[in-house]
Amino acid sequence: MNTATLAIAPSRPWRSPAGMLGLLAALLMLLALLSLSIGALGIPLQAIIRIGFGDIPANDPEMQLWRDILFDVRLPRVLFGALAGAVLALSGAMAQALFRNPLAEPGLIGISAGGALGAVAAIVLGSGSLLVLGPAAFAGSLAATACAYHLGRRYPGMAGLLLAGVAINAICGSLIGLFTYLADDQQLRSLTFWGMGSLAGASWPQLSLLAPWLLLLSLLALRYWRALNALLLGEREACHLGFPIKALRRTLILLMALLIGPLVAATGGIGFVGLVVPHLMRLLLGADHRLLLPAAMLGGACGLVAADWLARIAVVPAELPIGIVTSLIGGPFFLYLLLKGRAA
Amino acid sequence: MKSLLRLIFLPLLLLAGQALAEAPQRVVILGGSLTEIAFTLGAGDRVVGVDQSSIYPAAAKALPKVGYYRAFSLEGVLALKPDLILASDQAGPPAAIEQLRRLGKRVIVLPAAPTLAALEQRIYGIAGALQLRNDGRELVTRLQREVAAQQRLPASRLRTLLLISRSDRPEGAGRDTAAHSTLQLAGLQNVLAGQKGYKPLAQEGIAALRPELIVTSTMSLQAVGGIDKLLAMPGIAQTPAARQRRVVVLDDLLLLGFGPRLPEALQQLQQAAAGKAP
Repeated sequence: MNTATLAIAPSRPWRSPAGMLGLLAALLMLLALLSLSIGALGIPLQAIIRIGFGDIPANDPEMQLWRDILFDVRLPRVLFGALAGAVLALSGAMAQALFRNPLAEPGLIGISAGGALGAVAAIVLGSGSLLVLGPAAFAGSLAATACAYHLGRRYPGMAGLLLAGVAINAICGSLIGLFTYLADDQQLRSLTFWGMGSLAGASWPQLSLLAPWLLLLSLLALRYWRALNALLLGEREACHLGFPIKALRRTLILLMALLIGPLVAATGGIGFVGLVVPHLMRLLLGADHRLLLPAAMLGGACGLVAADWLARIAVVPAELPIGIVTSLIGGPFFLYLLLKGRAA
Repeated sequence: MKSLLRLIFLPLLLLAGQALAEAPQRVVILGGSLTEIAFTLGAGDRVVGVDQSSIYPAAAKALPKVGYYRAFSLEGVLALKPDLILASDQAGPPAAIEQLRRLGKRVIVLPAAPTLAALEQRIYGIAGALQLRNDGRELVTRLQREVAAQQRLPASRLRTLLLISRSDRPEGAGRDTAAHSTLQLAGLQNVLAGQKGYKPLAQEGIAALRPELIVTSTMSLQAVGGIDKLLAMPGIAQTPAARQRRVVVLDDLLLLGFGPRLPEALQQLQQAAAGKAP
């Protein structure tokens, strides 16, 4: 286990951590503006500002088209992308501390695979409508995580949980394979597109359903920074510092499942954000979770907004599945980080 | 005097222009079979964008693509400023179709089922929306007549295997597929009627089914790497069809699209079954 990168003291300390957070927030605003303005249809920044102030001439069909696209299509999508990215990266940071491994992500204990299994089952056995698909994916991710937790509890430490997670992932994977085999032509195509992930379904109703829930849970998760810092020292050490280790582990896993489950249901598989972003933030800021958790949220939001923007503009007027973009950029970037770390 | 006349006629001309403009002039189509119908009806010049499955006719291929119809790009469609969107009922994501409607766009959804009845509904729906009702009726009558004529020919009941491939591993078409419906209409017997949907071929199973004719699509043949590679595949090589090299290759939309070229597809299949040169 490579614990060197997890040391609390930053390997390359940023002069002002608060400044770093401000910088990330500014970057997020910039990316959001770019993303609102540039797409299959260019909307000039001036027009965005005028629309923002409600200055829309009634006899200008172009402005009205722009307003519709801004408010009904792009804004919910950008907000949802920022929210999803923040939650994915936050969960990733939590998982990396919990497992004391920079390569950990929530998927390790079956959260994503369980969600995917629920969704695939809903598509193949049921109607595949969003009303069924969402709850099925959420239920799947919770069930898989619960299985991994209860089976893994019999071993001391995190090893049992990891092993159970590996087994649950394998079982979910093979069941997904079985459902894929049983699927007919039409279901197969829905499966493929769901699996690659997309923010294209983002809408105000969906956002109003998910945003309060995810933000509340994220705030709750941010309060565990002391416990996560203590966990970095080791489970025994955390225990000696006065943290009830078993209850803590259960709470953190539950939090991750409750955060990631609805996201998997709403967006499909979006890889690499939860893995790369916390890692990058740790390189920049060190592993103090008081800073790392909010920085990961901001960084994740930037990452996903940027990735979704690229997905929209890469093959105009068509659009790439976002999962492809995050993996395509995240994968090589992660390799670069690993190799650079080796050389230093 | 002249200027006075102009003053009177100009508003009239504008009014006439308005009446003509009621027929949609910027159409985006999501679904290859629908595109083919619109072009057959002679409305190809009004189509401003299509999805990736619209591969016929060649003029449609050159139009801007808004993604695959099952996952089209909402903004891509809006950017083309359409006044009509024709969508297969398989087009999606469903949220995007809803959003188009919410934004005040006229969206007409047509059935994608591989049946003659659904084909007629598609043609009537598109002809109605494009204000080409008479052309639509003519096209349906012609198709009905041609398909009926082909149905009167004795069905060969030839044992047929239909292969579709996206990689170098071909899949066989079972029942409940567009491919199966086409074979049935052409009077051919699908050897894989016992299976549901498309499944990877079981090598031993294929030889045991003894297909006498193999039907495949242009893109499938490309994916497999050509007709010789296909016929040399273990399992397929042992079939009577491979030994006699009885293979029919149709373009993907012709074979699976259930579009206005259905009689052409049926005719080619029947000729191949009757042993004439494919």
